[in-house]
Amino acid sequence: MAIANVVITNRYLDSVKLMQISRMIREKEGVIDAVAIVATTENKSILQATGMLLEEFKNASASDICLAVKADTEDMAEKILKEAKEWLEKGLPGTGKKKEMTAQPRSLESALKALPEANLVLISLAGKYAAAEARKALESNRHVMLFSDNVSIEDEKQLKEYAVANNLLMMGPDCGTAIVNGVALAFANSVRRGKIGIVSAAGTGLQEVSSGIHNLGGGISQGFGTGGRDGKKEIGGLMLCFCLEYLIEDPETEVIVLISKIPSQEVIEKLLVFIQKTEKPVVVNFLNDFTLPRIENLYESDTLSETAKKACQLANSGSSLSDYSAAEENDKEKKFPDRFLSSKAKGNRKYLRGLYSGGTLCYESQNIFYKKAGKHAYSNTPLNDNAKLPDIWKSLENTIIDLGSDEFTVGRPHPMIDYSLRLKKLEEEGSDPETAVILLDVVLGYGSHPEPQKELAPLFRKITVESEIVIVCSLIGTDSDPQNRRMVRRELEESGAVVFTTNTEAAEYAAGLIGKLGR
Amino acid sequence: MNNLRNQKLHIVNLGLELFSRELKKQNTDVIQVDWKPPVAVDPAFLRKISEHNDEIEAANKKVMEIIQAGKPVLQGLDIARKVIPGMHKNLILHSGPPITWERMCGPMRGAIIGALIYEGFADSAEEAEKIANSGKIEYAPCHEHDAVGPMAGIISPSMPVFIIENETYGNMAYCTQNEGLGKVLRYGAYHPEVIERLLWMENTLYPVLDRAIRHLGKIDLKNLISQALHMGDELHNRNRAGTSLLLRQLGPAILRTTESGSADDSDDNQNLENAAQVLEFINGNDHFFLNLSMPAAKAILDAASGIEKSSIVTVMARNGTDFGIRLAGTGNKWHTGAALIPDALFFPGYTKEDANPDIGDSTITETAGLGGFAIAAAFAIVQFVGGSAADALRYTNLMYEITAAESENFQIPALDFRGTPLGIDIRKVIEKNITPFLDTGVAHKNPGVGQVGAGVLEAPIEPFIRAMEDFAAGL
Repeated sequence: MAIANVVITNRYLDSVKLMQISRMIREKEGVIDAVAIVATTENKSILQATGMLLEEFKNASASDICLAVKADTEDMAEKILKEAKEWLEKGLPGTGKKKEMTAQPRSLESALKALPEANLVLISLAGKYAAAEARKALESNRHVMLFSDNVSIEDEKQLKEYAVANNLLMMGPDCGTAIVNGVALAFANSVRRGKIGIVSAAGTGLQEVSSGIHNLGGGISQGFGTGGRDGKKEIGGLMLCFCLEYLIEDPETEVIVLISKIPSQEVIEKLLVFIQKTEKPVVVNFLNDFTLPRIENLYESDTLSETAKKACQLANSGSSLSDYSAAEENDKEKKFPDRFLSSKAKGNRKYLRGLYSGGTLCYESQNIFYKKAGKHAYSNTPLNDNAKLPDIWKSLENTIIDLGSDEFTVGRPHPMIDYSLRLKKLEEEGSDPETAVILLDVVLGYGSHPEPQKELAPLFRKITVESEIVIVCSLIGTDSDPQNRRMVRRELEESGAVVFTTNTEAAEYAAGLIGKLGR
Repeated sequence: MNNLRNQKLHIVNLGLELFSRELKKQNTDVIQVDWKPPVAVDPAFLRKISEHNDEIEAANKKVMEIIQAGKPVLQGLDIARKVIPGMHKNLILHSGPPITWERMCGPMRGAIIGALIYEGFADSAEEAEKIANSGKIEYAPCHEHDAVGPMAGIISPSMPVFIIENETYGNMAYCTQNEGLGKVLRYGAYHPEVIERLLWMENTLYPVLDRAIRHLGKIDLKNLISQALHMGDELHNRNRAGTSLLLRQLGPAILRTTESGSADDSDDNQNLENAAQVLEFINGNDHFFLNLSMPAAKAILDAASGIEKSSIVTVMARNGTDFGIRLAGTGNKWHTGAALIPDALFFPGYTKEDANPDIGDSTITETAGLGGFAIAAAFAIVQFVGGSAADALRYTNLMYEITAAESENFQIPALDFRGTPLGIDIRKVIEKNITPFLDTGVAHKNPGVGQVGAGVLEAPIEPFIRAMEDFAAGL
């Protein structure tokens, strides 16, 4: 043990600064004790009490600073003393850096104080806290988009009733996508503004249709989300009706698109009353076969790509649709790969495996598969209860799963952001000798993974090189999205995938492949 | 939805920061909330509080009016036994919520030992300890006798105390004179020098000060505090400006009230020497004004005590074992939890191992919008909060989250003279899970040692949960 010391004469430093320097010296390895202190009489008595009043310090005066380091070895004590002296003279390391002076608001209340012009509150907190915050936002007269799931249906009803009574949007809970006044909220695509207004109870449905409209040359006035339960009897279509009414009255909107899984009968009736009251054409997609009563301005559509086309057609009455679709490559021309047709002989590979991140897209693919193949694909979110996967982690024959649903997202980010679970499933399906076709969606846009092709391409390449499996990919998004859609597409195609720009076409193609095997 | 049509979106984002970033990419105005889950409490209490929201808001408004209107003035000094209500020869007052000798921490016991020696009840520490524990001595919180005391906060019957009146409401507050730093009673030291200093304070400091203050009529403390905030004090860990301002008023008054023309010249000389000693003592003790900023805060807040249905905190105090708070709406009831050990800078030779849990009534300053709440006024001591001025600004800014109002009198230059965060609302503490930010001194955990450091800490959440429960139950 050794002590090194120095008296620095005629130097003023705040006593608090000195305490901080003492602490920093003491935190150094090998240091037993350390002092940096002004040599006042009181301080000297403190030093005396702690056995640090060295001979050299006794004659120091109140304008001197005593610095001492007690360390394991003499070298160490001297070295650290030198360093500490430097701190005294030049200031502590790390100070002088610019720091944020204002605290980030810690509550909705103070955020609204800091940004009083705020008109929409986007909430993605854990479900159990989300409803309370949404209520506060509504009570402060702000529109709400509630991304969170796990909000009770009672809370949802209360929130929406309050919102409707106060002329406010209450999008969600479980609303993943919205485009309001041209701003893409949460998971949404960059689309041009235009005259087609959408209200959707299906998040990725809104993404595919709004992207489709953009890709066909059309534009969006508003894209409201309502959350998937809005059409249920318990909620009574509160937000579907509210948004529909808004779009009917909105001077910017000329064509309306309504997307939802089949709502309850009462909700359908309410919606029809609104539709009958307007002259604006309304394209309705209930994501399933459904026959609606004949109303002049009501157009039915059961696939997402068809919905986008019909809306564009109506918005552009007079000119033909082909003017639009010229902009998009004609995906229908794609032929089935030769190697796949030859592998048919092998007989074992006969099943479709769908790995989705978008719930609506997954639902649509199941539907298309059912229509084409005449049987249900198994799923964690099946069309029909009989097709429920007994174990969501294990595929069974033809299986199309939604990896964005609650049971897969507990404790991990959504698969549109984080591809790790999908990659794991992809690898699994790729090495399953019964897999013939892998179908998946790649959803671009705000909120989604910035470079999905970097995640997927290596594995696509491996699977398509090592097996006869065909990978079919629906690439949802626009050329204005933050990702580079063209580059994503090229890289996915170069890695062996068959890429479509609508999910409808991708699913039809994949189901067609399976159909070929069956013959 | 007329307020949406043709409007530019301005968004508040609660949750995934990714969404804020994506909105910024679209050049959309967005503010991210640094959201924390609320404190886990029985929702039944919260429901009840929310049901009574209008009454609570009205009560809090009244409380804040009372607090804003408080006008503490220093009238003079007197002996504790004579002026403090309920004080008697066997009563010793201490800081924080009520506590028995058995549960008292080291420094508080040390200070009581010192006080018993000072009072002449005992000659030695051993004897004093016996008496302290004999049942002959009663103990009570300063706060229950209109008083406050820093650290151990010991007030014994013979000690001189400052007399502060809240002129607006007529209520009084009392506090001892500050002893300075080093080995002092309030940090639990009881050496002979400590007792000698206490006797000098009683025999010299007290009469000189009392005469000077009474000569001035009164000293407006609210005014001094406002000025001191503009001069770099936060009035808890830094009182240098307040002490200097006080000294400027006292100086001439002390000279004018120094007796001269005695028959015996040596008496005159002694009087002059006493006056000089008093001025020197105050000049040498940057914390002298703490014992005035504290009772000033106490006088301001006490006027609001007992306003039913108010969720505003009127007292935060620690006894070195427990941290206790009182609400305007629950009157004299204490809501307590364990006191925490401060995150401090320590004097040479000491570490956190030596530190006693948080102690003292000085958090009355934070309760009144000073101290840690006004740390942005005191850049000279930002080392305590991380070393940069920005840290200090952030801490003060954060306290606006849990307060009901901003002071109309106490302002912070660096925040463009914004009023300090004032009136802690327990509802906000619970909902936002933010507890008050406190400045503090650190006492050694053993009796007889004294101060070992100074620093800051966040108040524990338990007292606020208890307070919320009791408050809700009483609605």
